[in-house]
Amino acid sequence: MILYVISVGLSVTMGLMGFINLAHGVFAMAGGYIFSTVMARLGMPFPLALLAAFIVVALGSIVLERLLYSRLYAAGELAQVLFTIGLIYASVAIARMVYGTLAVPVFLPEYLKGQVHFAGRDFPTYRVFLILVSALLIVALWFGVERTRWGAMVRAAVDNRGMAQSVGINTRVLFMATFALGSGLAGLGGALGADILPVDWGYPFEHLVYFLIVVAVGGLGSLRGPFVAALLIGVADTACKYWIPEFGAFLIYAATIAILLWRPMGLFGVRA
Amino acid sequence: MSGYTSDPRIRWQESLPWIAALAAFFLLPEYLSLGARVVVYILFALSLDLILGYAGIITLGHSAFFGLGAYTAGILGAKYGVSDPFLQLLSAAAAAALLGIATGAVILRTKALTLLMLTLAITAILLEIANKASWLTGGADGLSGVQVAPILGLFKFDLFGRTAFLYCLVVLFFGWLLVRRLIYSPFGAMLTGIRENTARMHAVGAPVYWRLVLVYTISATMAGTAGALLTQVNQFVGLNVLGLEPSGDILVMLILGGVGRIYGAFIGPVVYLIAQDYLAKQYPEYWYLGIGVLLIVVVLFARGGILGLWDQWLQAFSRQRSSAKASAR
Repeated sequence: MILYVISVGLSVTMGLMGFINLAHGVFAMAGGYIFSTVMARLGMPFPLALLAAFIVVALGSIVLERLLYSRLYAAGELAQVLFTIGLIYASVAIARMVYGTLAVPVFLPEYLKGQVHFAGRDFPTYRVFLILVSALLIVALWFGVERTRWGAMVRAAVDNRGMAQSVGINTRVLFMATFALGSGLAGLGGALGADILPVDWGYPFEHLVYFLIVVAVGGLGSLRGPFVAALLIGVADTACKYWIPEFGAFLIYAATIAILLWRPMGLFGVRA
Repeated sequence: MSGYTSDPRIRWQESLPWIAALAAFFLLPEYLSLGARVVVYILFALSLDLILGYAGIITLGHSAFFGLGAYTAGILGAKYGVSDPFLQLLSAAAAAALLGIATGAVILRTKALTLLMLTLAITAILLEIANKASWLTGGADGLSGVQVAPILGLFKFDLFGRTAFLYCLVVLFFGWLLVRRLIYSPFGAMLTGIRENTARMHAVGAPVYWRLVLVYTISATMAGTAGALLTQVNQFVGLNVLGLEPSGDILVMLILGGVGRIYGAFIGPVVYLIAQDYLAKQYPEYWYLGIGVLLIVVVLFARGGILGLWDQWLQAFSRQRSSAKASAR
């Protein structure tokens, strides 16, 4: 589910805006760091810290978008790939300077520790909480994109930017907001997942492949796609590592290749 | 990006890298093992340049071939007692070529993000295999004790890397001849055409897909050779030859030098590896920060890399001179 929250943000930037953003993990990492910092140093309560992670990352990404990303919307894929790899290197270095090489600690509030009894079995409370939050996000996002004016505007701008501009939509501001939303979601995902995917300086590199798989398999520009893909990948990965550990992550990659060859646009992709 | 030119003759400037390399051999004997590594990465960058710079195939998985070559040579040398360097080199090249044609035939039907993901997934799979099959590859510890016999039975690999350096240089020379021959041929012109306008190349009846598969295989072969060279020079193979990071590194080197030009692949690794040798040991954090910022700057302001800047500077200089002449008259 963490994969989903982070990846759906990526799907928003990459799918809706058509920008190959390999640096997405950076935003997730930043979210995790901010989350940990505000809780440890400032003693912020858990929900507020989550909110802080979302808002700070979103604001930070607006700055980056205005200064750097927006120059490359029209550039080729190669330039976008290189630029975002550069961003990863730089941010990884900064993270290492500021936070050192160890993973940052995560403090869960008391009410999210322990177990929940459900249908005769025990589940860790925090994981249940994660699933609930993710479900909420899915509904909210789906509603936002499919049913609100903002969603309609974004979809219009993506399909035909010139046309959208000429009917009076400010696509510059719209893209900025969309980018901030996507990055903010990544930050939120990084913060929520910090307990399960430890946040350290290698984060953007280590998990990049997973995020990309989720988006590519799910298909660009859809919300349902990454959701199904994240679920599929998460379940398959755990199952493989449990039953046939000698294969490790091998099957995930093999499955990814198979799915991409079968449906080059991903399971629910709409655009090439 | 420079493309197809009709004059395939070798200009005098093109001997400069080789002169520089030989000068380095005599003047800087204590840096030869670094030098051999630089030469290996030049060959690797050259192979990437062929598909990225000329054919326009964007890949994040070129390390798959490099790593396969490295492991092929390593396994032959350490486990099966095949210590002849040329035999190792040829087997590595053959293995990489096979992988290149097999994966290329499948993945080159896709493009953009899907292609990127597929290349990445392939190198990730190889990394996973190399990691798990530790009885063969040594797993995370790497494969040490790779036996390499003297070249032609005459030249032993010495401690200072003299033989290794010259040996790599000779292999690179042949790689360079091949690439040079290719890009000045009609085949090279076709690749440039595919990069610039795929639809039109289809329209004029060019077999786009087969050309791409062919160049992908050639490039894979070269990358595999480079990998085998690295193994022979180090007499060791580790997991760091596979996966996303070596692919990213070589991409950075090529971009730094200038993509889509032969000598970009020469300049990039030289600058990158020497800078890394100096800086990374002393300030590892700043090294990555520097590389990241540099990459962003190159993408935003200097798309042609170092050689691109050099060209611009030359042009500006000659323009200035011609205008100075005009005003003097």
